[in-house]
Amino acid sequence: MYVAVKGGEKAIDNAHAWLAEERRGDTSVAELSVAQIREQLALAVNRVMAEGSLYDPDLAALAIKQSRGDLIEAIFLIRAYRTTLPRFGGSESVDTEKMACDRRVSATFKDAPGGQVLGPTFDYTHRLLDFKLAADGEAPQVQTADTPTGETPHIMSFLDRENLIQDEPAGPETPDDLTRAPLELPASRALRLQSLTRGDEGFILGMAYSTQRGYARNHAFVAELRIGAVPVEMDIPELGFAVDIGEVTLTECETVNQFQGSKTEPPQFTRGYGLVFGMTERKAISMALVDRALRWKELGEDNVGAPAQDEEFVLYHADNIQATGFLEHIKLPHYVDFQSELELIRKLRREAQAMQEAAE
Amino acid sequence: MAEMNDPNAARKTWMSLLAKSDAGVLADIWAKANILPDFRFLRAPEIGGVMVRGRAGAVGAAFNLGEMTVTRCSVTLGSGAVGHAYVQGRDKKKAEIAAQVDALMQTDLAAQVEATVLAPLRNIAETAKQARAAKAAATKVDFFTMVRGED
Repeated sequence: MYVAVKGGEKAIDNAHAWLAEERRGDTSVAELSVAQIREQLALAVNRVMAEGSLYDPDLAALAIKQSRGDLIEAIFLIRAYRTTLPRFGGSESVDTEKMACDRRVSATFKDAPGGQVLGPTFDYTHRLLDFKLAADGEAPQVQTADTPTGETPHIMSFLDRENLIQDEPAGPETPDDLTRAPLELPASRALRLQSLTRGDEGFILGMAYSTQRGYARNHAFVAELRIGAVPVEMDIPELGFAVDIGEVTLTECETVNQFQGSKTEPPQFTRGYGLVFGMTERKAISMALVDRALRWKELGEDNVGAPAQDEEFVLYHADNIQATGFLEHIKLPHYVDFQSELELIRKLRREAQAMQEAAE
Repeated sequence: MAEMNDPNAARKTWMSLLAKSDAGVLADIWAKANILPDFRFLRAPEIGGVMVRGRAGAVGAAFNLGEMTVTRCSVTLGSGAVGHAYVQGRDKKKAEIAAQVDALMQTDLAAQVEATVLAPLRNIAETAKQARAAKAAATKVDFFTMVRGED
């Protein structure tokens, strides 16, 4: 129960003013600009866009500045802003085959057409602190090479040719949208993917890791991981045809999973899918593993009772804004609630004492 | 082939180019072009969101990936030509310029707009894309197999 209590206004105003001062920090240190955050903390910006579910690097950078680097707070700000935007429509499905790949690797085929392109990766670094970064800020010279011509086909299409990979069923062109209707179970794959792609990176990572450690193990290989820009096309109602309305950088992960066959399906490879805004490869790989684990029912697999197979558990706990909203509300005043709890405990104490005295 | 026969192909191309351009760069190029058409708004610039969709497994059922910010605007020129813009981001000026360019491209000024606005814009976009692709190409792995001494 909540009862309005007055008297906090002045304290609240002063607290927020102090917050603003602390946000700025020591004024003898140069202030951080939004453009600096956007350019130099790009992976934080990407995470805020992915989990805030709104692609706008400038807004995400602003949110990071405002939240003093608390990314969940920044995501909260973006989600709140998002609700104020009129929805102009939905895009055509992005064609990731046409991605201008900054990075594209396969753990299954060494000589895949298009090749293994490492891109700007942390992989193979030694994870030693680089004290040069504390000293100077010069951009190093980057090597270039002749650009290959032709597309970079999806690795999955090669397995598909041999008929060794499970088909992806078609679905409605306008998918269910959890920003428009509350999530109900059982959820369509479209809703599962939407909720995973905006879900908390840490939570999805933990769930994915649990499948690797043996809770609904699904033997995932990364058939392909690609990062790059894709155009976003939308039908323009005034014109009656589709044009590109922009370009987004995405990370896509396709896993291929060993599958011995089930009551309904022949032995084949099955697939998990991750697609996330920005350069967010840990999240995309995690998403693919969890997507695959959640597909046990449609593939006729056994439910072994693993957390990652439990749609309700995964989908209802993946959203860090819902989670933090409920979690953090318990620090707000609950004086009346607690008064009644206190009364109850005192009464039980008195009764217990009376019984004990009577027994003696 | 279908795309080549598309009567709207040219318009699609310029609208797409404008939508993806950097707001600051477009404003600079537009100012330099110094074309000042007489226009009025059919729809003043409006900021909104578009739900971006993907496909499960890249080929299967569509799903909602998340939204992106988009600004739209429609103008009409004194000549009656109508221009529309749906452009990425929240820059109202960008949408206003894009709508004017779209309208002008349907008039006698098309060649001038193409040469002074679209061509430089295309050039910048192409150069940026090439530069990135060239850096990616330099990180391509060239595998070679070591001869194993098994004799």
